[in-house]
Amino acid sequence: MATPLLEVADLACRRGGRRVFERLSFALGRGELLALVGRNGSGKTTLLRALALLVHPEAGTISWQGVDVRAEPDAWRGRLAWLGHLEGLKADLTVAENLLAAERLRGAPQAEDRLDSALVAFDLSSLAARAVRTLSAGQRRRTALARVVLAQAPLWLLDEPLNALDAPAQAAFRRALATHLAAGGLAIAATHADLGLAGGRTLELGIPT
Amino acid sequence: MSGFAALVARDLRLVWRRPGDVAVVLAFFVVATTLFPLGIGPEANVLARIAAGVLWCAALFAALLSLDRLFAADFEDGTLDLLLLAPWPLELAALAKCCAHWIVTGVPLAALAPILGVAFGLDPSVLLALSVTLLVGTPTLSLIGGLAAALTLGARKSGALLALLALPLCVPTLIFGAGAVEALATGGDFGAHLAVLAALALVALATTPWAIAAALRQAGE
Repeated sequence: MATPLLEVADLACRRGGRRVFERLSFALGRGELLALVGRNGSGKTTLLRALALLVHPEAGTISWQGVDVRAEPDAWRGRLAWLGHLEGLKADLTVAENLLAAERLRGAPQAEDRLDSALVAFDLSSLAARAVRTLSAGQRRRTALARVVLAQAPLWLLDEPLNALDAPAQAAFRRALATHLAAGGLAIAATHADLGLAGGRTLELGIPT
Repeated sequence: MSGFAALVARDLRLVWRRPGDVAVVLAFFVVATTLFPLGIGPEANVLARIAAGVLWCAALFAALLSLDRLFAADFEDGTLDLLLLAPWPLELAALAKCCAHWIVTGVPLAALAPILGVAFGLDPSVLLALSVTLLVGTPTLSLIGGLAAALTLGARKSGALLALLALPLCVPTLIFGAGAVEALATGGDFGAHLAVLAALALVALATTPWAIAAALRQAGE
């Protein structure tokens, strides 16, 4: 395994009075993909949200290059690209406006220069000026994935990235993910479907009794 | 562009795309205030006496009308997660959202109030004072309302709950806002009332963004 950048040790989370997972440990190095699998309610989304500091873990540590991410939360958030269950798009803005607004909220300058390549990656160029409210579910998912690519963040946290995607869009996602990993990026994806990339690791979460 | 400016610009652009949301607020303000002269009658002294209170109350209710969507829309479409994950303080994001709300509600209400004040027979100097007090006081309404909106995020009947939370906290602003206009009309100390109104706005500015951010983090969990 590559030298770990991300290390998770003894992580435990409780949701709604129920322990979702406990003593969860793994490490991830450059170019590595971790697929989170498990039944509904096994804690895949909770783990992703805990990694993003959206949920406070009950116990355990999350370290990036040996430093606890909670020591520098803003710097940690700057290293993340997030795709949740919800696309995180404004229906009244166009595809391009949504992508640029998201980048500006991340404080990223010069996002316009990179916009075209993100649009092309998910075959969105012809939809760039369309309001998101007029798009299909799959087109919205592709827009959200383009936002992930545009962020140029080292760690992708993806919740069911293949949801609503047709075969060409799934292939586009796999190409984008492979490019990200080849460039030394990391990715953690909660999924019920095969991500279709060789060499990815899998972490199966169970439902605690 | 900083994240703060980007968020204000995004929210203003969203309002520009759906101007009906602001139009409803302003229409409510117009209808609510014009009902009073119609209901009470044309007695000029009575209307002038109640004008400041009526216009300030109507402005408060109008501002609250639009507040329940301040964070709810972001919560429902997932963009709240992007705000929570932005690599800059969430307190600034909360302030940016309230700032955008003030620009699209507080400023138009302050601009519209003197026109409506004519129906109450107010002097031009009092009309100007009314607009100034609303300009100084409505940021407090946006900030306190923003806090109530964040606290009620995801709750059922959040609109009613928001009003129940925000209205009592807005009472000092209402008293000193209407009081300032009344003071000018009756020869009292307008400046002192306005200073208190500004102080209330500063207190809200210094405290509510932290509380809103805490409430948003809780809602995001």
